[in-house]
Amino acid sequence: MLGTQRKERIDGLAESGGDTTAGVSLAASAWRRLRRSPTFLVGAGIICAFVLLALVSPILAQHDPALRLLEEQVSRADNRIPAPQPGFPLGGDQYGRPLLSRVLLGSQQTLLVALLATVIGLGGGLTLGILAGAFGGWVDTLVMRVVDVMLSVPSLLLAVSIGALFQQQSQFTVIIAVATVQIPIFGRLLRGTMLAQRASDHVLAARALGVRQRSIVFRHMLPNALGPVIVQATLMLAVAIIDAAALSFLGLGAADTSTPEWGQMLGSAQNFFDTHPHLAFWPAGCIIVVALGFTLVGESMRDALDPKKRR
Amino acid sequence: MLRYTVRRLGQLLIVTVVLSVLLFGWLRALPGGPVSALLGERATEESRARLVQQLGLDQPLYVQYWKFVQRAITGDFGVSTGVQPGTPAMEVFLQRMPATLELSVLALLLAVAVGIPLGYFAARRQGGWLDNLSITWSLIGVAVPVFFLAFLLKYVFAIEFGVLPASGRQAAGIDATHATGFFVLDGLLTTEWDAAWNALVHLLLPAVALSTIPFAVIFRLTRASVLDVVEEDYVRTARSKGLGAMVVRGRHILRNAMLPVVTTIGLQTGALLSGAVLTEQVFNIPGIGQALSLGFQRQDYAVLQVVILATAMVYVLVNLLVDLAYAAIDPRLRTR
Amino acid sequence: MALLEVRDLSVRFVRKSEPTVSAVDGVSFDVHPGSTVGLVGESGCGKSVTSLAIMGLLPGRGTEVSGSVNLEGSELLRLSQREFDRRRGKDLGMVFQDPLTSLNPVVPIGLQVSEVIERHRGLSRRDASREAARLLDRVGIPDPDRRLKEYSHQLSGGMRQRALIAMALACEPRLLIADEPTTALDVTIQAQILTLLKELVAETGTALIMITHDLGVVAGMCDEVNVLYAGRIVERAQRHELFSRPRHPYTAGLMASVPRLDSPRGQRLAPIEGSVADNIPWEGGCAFSPRCGNALAVCGERAPELETIEQGRLLRCHNPIGAAELERAHD
Repeated sequence: MLGTQRKERIDGLAESGGDTTAGVSLAASAWRRLRRSPTFLVGAGIICAFVLLALVSPILAQHDPALRLLEEQVSRADNRIPAPQPGFPLGGDQYGRPLLSRVLLGSQQTLLVALLATVIGLGGGLTLGILAGAFGGWVDTLVMRVVDVMLSVPSLLLAVSIGALFQQQSQFTVIIAVATVQIPIFGRLLRGTMLAQRASDHVLAARALGVRQRSIVFRHMLPNALGPVIVQATLMLAVAIIDAAALSFLGLGAADTSTPEWGQMLGSAQNFFDTHPHLAFWPAGCIIVVALGFTLVGESMRDALDPKKRR
Repeated sequence: MLRYTVRRLGQLLIVTVVLSVLLFGWLRALPGGPVSALLGERATEESRARLVQQLGLDQPLYVQYWKFVQRAITGDFGVSTGVQPGTPAMEVFLQRMPATLELSVLALLLAVAVGIPLGYFAARRQGGWLDNLSITWSLIGVAVPVFFLAFLLKYVFAIEFGVLPASGRQAAGIDATHATGFFVLDGLLTTEWDAAWNALVHLLLPAVALSTIPFAVIFRLTRASVLDVVEEDYVRTARSKGLGAMVVRGRHILRNAMLPVVTTIGLQTGALLSGAVLTEQVFNIPGIGQALSLGFQRQDYAVLQVVILATAMVYVLVNLLVDLAYAAIDPRLRTR
Repeated sequence: MALLEVRDLSVRFVRKSEPTVSAVDGVSFDVHPGSTVGLVGESGCGKSVTSLAIMGLLPGRGTEVSGSVNLEGSELLRLSQREFDRRRGKDLGMVFQDPLTSLNPVVPIGLQVSEVIERHRGLSRRDASREAARLLDRVGIPDPDRRLKEYSHQLSGGMRQRALIAMALACEPRLLIADEPTTALDVTIQAQILTLLKELVAETGTALIMITHDLGVVAGMCDEVNVLYAGRIVERAQRHELFSRPRHPYTAGLMASVPRLDSPRGQRLAPIEGSVADNIPWEGGCAFSPRCGNALAVCGERAPELETIEQGRLLRCHNPIGAAELERAHD
């Protein structure tokens, strides 16, 4: 897992959002720098390729990923798994299901899980951050204490303990567990940005003009907090994919594996690693590349927004 | 400095209280309620009734919480049902802690020993091949799932080449005295060099796998921090005094550049403990991480709650110590 | 013989994607032992870059330095960083503009002074520390033994600058460069620091290069003054000559933009319009001509040369102040 517990990194990002008085021109200059950044271009290329893959994979995949087409070639006793053969370029998995089709279609579920987890985490963090950052006082203290405690539990432990609360394990459990880990991170980030905004001149000016609290928060503070949140969310997509894989590896998630997902494929390949490493290589390779894509885009956006690096 | 310490200790207390409330709530929210959670599904009616009484489940919530706190303070978290059935959960934790600690400390040492020098030299040759290589490496490092990297290392070095052991903490044939539970330390203390060496060799692959993420973070922060510091006026002043390169580097650049890195090292404890859960699973090391994944699979909530509480406490304590150490290095905090 | 001879010094910043910037363009001047030479100009005129080039403190990458800087017969520009380290702090020292950022925040003041002494005078750590206390006392820091153990954030702005002066003068260098040493300080402190500098320089016989934009500082300190504009010297004169008879329109402009106690009531200050940044480089004529009230047609076509107009007086101008009057006198 990523070093997600890095409070000061979160706060640093929050501060970089404080410098958004220039509004549009800031976004424009950040975009100008991004377009020239090879890091960003490589990352964005990777993401585009995988999103495209997810969209066209139903056409590319020649077999139903749930069907055990090669079941007769599987043998538990002598640890046999279907080898590559005509029609099945990557062979089958441990149940005799077509591996290539599963890898291709896995892109859909994997991106979906990461996206849902991040959206839920962002939603939760947004709620906490707005509560704490907009009102301050004891609300702030209470919310931030809970957030700090959540951050002090190692992320995987937090995710597992959330997963333990569910009677039935499913892909939904994984999504909720991964999202819970993200809530305090987004919460802290948003609060930091909101605090920076609250002290900024344009919010003071709005307040002096007698603009209502609610519209100050939604019209003036939130839009300016957007940059750092987008950066963090992009980085979190990578974390979510890796975390979901880790949770599958630990046994969380659906018992029914008919819908392929890379994390789950990788997790269930662990027992065959010594003998059939290719079962793990394909999903792992996809996870690494796509996570790298999100990380590259996130990092280059962070650099582009960093006022210190604007030279 | 004293006031700072007292304030940080106060914060520690608050965090502990909030954590205990959350943990208490968690235990009650588990499927089947706390009784099934702590005793398992197949417990007898008699033992259930006893636990209800013991936990005060027939009493108001605040009494239950108070009893929970009382038992927690004495280290009574119930009996393990799945990881080591019959053993008190606290004992399970204490037996397994040294293995995890040993692994995490070695991984952190590796991350620091490689990350800081590499970060420094990458910064001083910004844009050079070493810089680009290290950045690429650190970016890929965080994108690779820890357990997959662990598998990969195991596959290459233990299975294909067979140069390093694939699992466990020490070879079975070695006759070693285990006084502290830290196998490397045990070997050194009892001067059983072969035992210490063997334990260290067993730790090597898991530690390398575990160290990738802390390495990436420490490397990149050191690099960024050095890049900031070399631009500072006081470095120019130091150079204007004609001090040798060694003094400028050590006293004027690194001493300042290390300040943010020190804080990050503390924050890496969380990533280390998360990673340890996965690495121990791959290399079959009987540590806390393995207890956690076993505990989850076998629904051993007694063990799970100790592990969650203890690791969170370790994380908070380590960061308290790091903050105090930071204050000791940074005079601006110390003399405030 | 001059202590320091700067000949045709040029510094160019070469960046990959951006046009090359010529920060210093053929600057030559001498500094004689014990004298004080001023380099005056607005920010961006190249005065600080000149001083950093003399000290060998310019960043190595992307910087081209040419010409010659000769200190007591040895060429500084040809020294390796290692050799330069043996000279800096010992033969030439420097005081910087912002004392807060120029001191290391995590190293005690005492060590920052004594490390120079230890390095160049070969004293033991204990003796160096005793010497540091003596130096702090000499630059007017009270209770030096206690201050030795303190950090820069515990000192006031004036104290910090005194400490920096102590460091620069710890080995009694032959040459001291002071780059805007009072700009970051309170007005009341500025005079104290200047007085201290003057005293110390007189006491040790150190030659001083005073870099400033403040003509008040020049009037109080310098023997000879070089006025810089866009990387070139535009006028050089003895202090009283310059103040009584400025010839270059830029020099005159600088003087007119400074408030004077003896100026008539109600007279407005006359700022120089524009700033250095909008200037054209010297290739297309005089760089100052767009802002110059005296500009002729020739000023926009051909850059003037630096010419000796009288003993010890150099001028780079096609149409200097007083030229018309002189011609009228000739007629």
